[in-house]
Amino acid sequence: MGYKPRHMQRYSLARLAWHAFRANRGWQPAWREPVLRKAYDVVIVGGGGHGLATAYYLASKHGVRKIAVLERGWIGGGNSGRNTQVVRSNYFHAASSSFYDHSLRLYEGLASELNFNVMLSQRGLVNLAHSEHEMEIVRRWCNAIRINGIDSEILSTDEIRRLVPAVNVHGRFPVLGGFVQHRAGICRHDAVVWGYARAASALGVHIVQNCEVTGFDISGGEARGVRTTRGAISAGRIVMNAAGHASHLGALAGLRLPLATMALQAMVTEPVKPVLDVVVISATVHAYVSQSDRGEIVIGAGADAYNSYAQRGGLPQQRSTIGAVVELFPSFSRLKLMRQWAGRVDITPDTSPLMGSTPIQGLYINCGWGTGGFKAIPAGGDTMAHTVATGQAHPLIRGFGLDRFRTGRLIDEGAAAGVAH
Amino acid sequence: MLRIPCPYCGLRDEPEFAFGGPSHITRPPCTCDDATWGSYLWERDNPVGVHYERWVHAYGCGRWFNVARHTLTHEILAVYGMGQPRPELSGDRGE
Repeated sequence: MGYKPRHMQRYSLARLAWHAFRANRGWQPAWREPVLRKAYDVVIVGGGGHGLATAYYLASKHGVRKIAVLERGWIGGGNSGRNTQVVRSNYFHAASSSFYDHSLRLYEGLASELNFNVMLSQRGLVNLAHSEHEMEIVRRWCNAIRINGIDSEILSTDEIRRLVPAVNVHGRFPVLGGFVQHRAGICRHDAVVWGYARAASALGVHIVQNCEVTGFDISGGEARGVRTTRGAISAGRIVMNAAGHASHLGALAGLRLPLATMALQAMVTEPVKPVLDVVVISATVHAYVSQSDRGEIVIGAGADAYNSYAQRGGLPQQRSTIGAVVELFPSFSRLKLMRQWAGRVDITPDTSPLMGSTPIQGLYINCGWGTGGFKAIPAGGDTMAHTVATGQAHPLIRGFGLDRFRTGRLIDEGAAAGVAH
Repeated sequence: MLRIPCPYCGLRDEPEFAFGGPSHITRPPCTCDDATWGSYLWERDNPVGVHYERWVHAYGCGRWFNVARHTLTHEILAVYGMGQPRPELSGDRGE
């Protein structure tokens, strides 16, 4: 990879010591504030993880020089900063498995690639099963993952108790077993955004915050540029990366997309001492739990089952999720909730993403990640950069194009993707 | 939590209802091309603003009805029967 940081101050132990002796006055901002130009080769709409990663790989792997990432608010202020930080590749279908495992492999090397500590912790992710029927599904799922060449292991109830001593296996829905992906885990989401932003900026990418795209300039079926709150910008290639706003942005370009936007909420408790060193998911009772490095218990809820752009999350979902978590982990019932929030998730009919070209020449989309976009950031950026640079869909995303809703070749990950939404 | 006025039972809490997706989707003739059929099956209005949608009072009378609801404020602007035309409402943009 031709990655040569030109403007970047490398982070290292020696650098830390050097700055410490100078009272830490010499640190530079991690990315630069650019002067907005009138024209770029590629404009990326949306400064979340996917947008910044796409910019980084376009610059580092494909040598594209004039790239702007336009962000309506601040980078990482949308779903990149609102997710529950889980990375995994235990998907059912081959198309998803190969894509998400590419992403997990990129995550495994990301800290050294970006020279930024993304705090990847491959602590393992345990899926619980609560009935004989679910155990059958788990065996089928686990075997499919192994056939796809990804680590996965069936667990008995005793093995789950050894891995997760805090779990109550005799609850209302007893734990009969489950499976684990040991390479799965959590990764600091802000660090992923900042790491890509810093590395992209060092390669000359312009990261422009507080710049909202208000329209597209399209003529003769070709994208010519974008209109923004800071003026018109021309670009022959444009990538839409605005999770939670994809339908709105698509409508500005005259596209009607197969998406429904819903509120997905999460919450954290007050911090406590280490009690849970794996991620635990139960699809049946809908619990999704891990412990952050700060000690908070991080709880992911289901999406509110109706269209919503409110970043709040409804009380019924919150109550049922907390009920399930407390049933599985009775000791957590003593904890106070510290924060609760929600993100806007764009859900496709088959809960697989929408990636690739559009009917408008030069306009690309990367959206529809639903409830699982964070784990896909490195591969989303890598494959979209390839697609935009070469004009040909990357082999890993050929199945995820818009055309599947015309041909009927859907990739139905609804039942297999972690928890039901 | 939504409070939904069921036209048959009155005002009830959200957990009594189930969401049925967007209303007013018309099936094209079976002789249409794949693009039209795909659009009918999958493409949806997904506005920041008024959304016309179906709900069923699942843990109540079990009957379906239409709701016009704002997707940002969650305000319910109209409730009307199945098969009735969508009411024209202003304020389609909430942001």
